[in-house]
Amino acid sequence: MTNIKHHLTDDLLMSYAAGNLPEAFSLVVATHVSLCDECRARLASYEAVGGAVLYEAPCCAMSEDSLAATLLRIAEAPQDAVPARATGAPGLFPQPLRDYVGGDLDAVQWKSVGGKVRQTVLPTSKEASVRLLHIPAGTAIPDHGHHGMELTLVLQGAFQDEGERFGRGDVEVAGEDLEHTPVATPGDDCICLAATDAPLKFNGLIPRMAQPFLGI
Amino acid sequence: MFPTARAKAVTQHATSDARWVRLVERVKSDKDQAAFAALFAHFAPRVKAFLMKSGADAALAEECAQEVMVTLWNKAHLFDPERASVATWVFTIARNRRIDALRKQRRPEPEELTWGPEHEPEQSETIALQQESEQLGRALAALPENQRMLIERAYFGDLSHSEIAAETGLPLGTIKSRIRLALDRLRHEMK
Ligand SMILES: [Zn+2]
Repeated sequence: MTNIKHHLTDDLLMSYAAGNLPEAFSLVVATHVSLCDECRARLASYEAVGGAVLYEAPCCAMSEDSLAATLLRIAEAPQDAVPARATGAPGLFPQPLRDYVGGDLDAVQWKSVGGKVRQTVLPTSKEASVRLLHIPAGTAIPDHGHHGMELTLVLQGAFQDEGERFGRGDVEVAGEDLEHTPVATPGDDCICLAATDAPLKFNGLIPRMAQPFLGI
Repeated sequence: MFPTARAKAVTQHATSDARWVRLVERVKSDKDQAAFAALFAHFAPRVKAFLMKSGADAALAEECAQEVMVTLWNKAHLFDPERASVATWVFTIARNRRIDALRKQRRPEPEELTWGPEHEPEQSETIALQQESEQLGRALAALPENQRMLIERAYFGDLSHSEIAAETGLPLGTIKSRIRLALDRLRHEMK
């Protein structure tokens, strides 16, 4: 928790607070925030702006029987029992990621993308895509395509990029301009969650783009 | 310097937002319908306007505003006045409803961090956060028109993420620091 050095940008946090991020990016943001109280507090301050906007917003009259109708809904659909806080064994994946995977690491259905690198694409809306990558220690991470923005969040192990180390909880935010070759460090295999703007190109390209790094 | 005068100012100042916190408390602990009606009268028309500005027609906005208020009732126990004003909390519920109903997407949310059942909110922290939230509201109102409009459009969901500039000129640092400290206390209690 305290070792995170690479955080989300203000733009990402504000867009997420405002509800304007593609689902794939939102998943990376929600997963990082689950691991990082610094960004959780920054996010809350951007949500406070939303509170102020709502509070200052002009009113729009509700229909006449609206309160009664709402109370009826409450009576007809009684609240579920207060769910206990998830107290299961703390796994590798924070809850938002588990929701998309359908469980923790052991529930992931990996597919090879060439060499020893494996991935699984998670189901989100189409404007952007997000995948889990499993990269053996010491191996280069396949190029994400350099089309648009990419977010890479480390969940296990670490990678090295441009002289910086990214470990669990760290997130790398890269634009089109960044030429980079992240390499998984020796030790544990690296597992990361990577989102990108350019789903179609990314899907078609990954095996080919991986070639120079993986020697396949 | 003048503790008495300052304490008095704090109490007086706290009344407007503290009222909403007390009403949510009553919904949570007593299922108090009168308290809910007061919250409804204030927030439902604002949520409806918010959703219409986000592109919903009147019927859908009415429907969603009712659902937002149902969620407020059902999740009152999750509201934490040390980390959000009532308006901010209602905003997050309305935003999530908008993403679901208008954008037809799932909304990945961070893991919930909640205090233990025996936790009593720190009054001084709650009041300080309320004051800072009100200050933020005044700062927003005082922004130059075009800048304020841009922020509003972003929060109505009217700007794509690449168009958003997070440099708002709003006083967010104090709120961030206060929430950060609340999170530290919460983590300490969870150990
Ligand atoms: Zn962070």
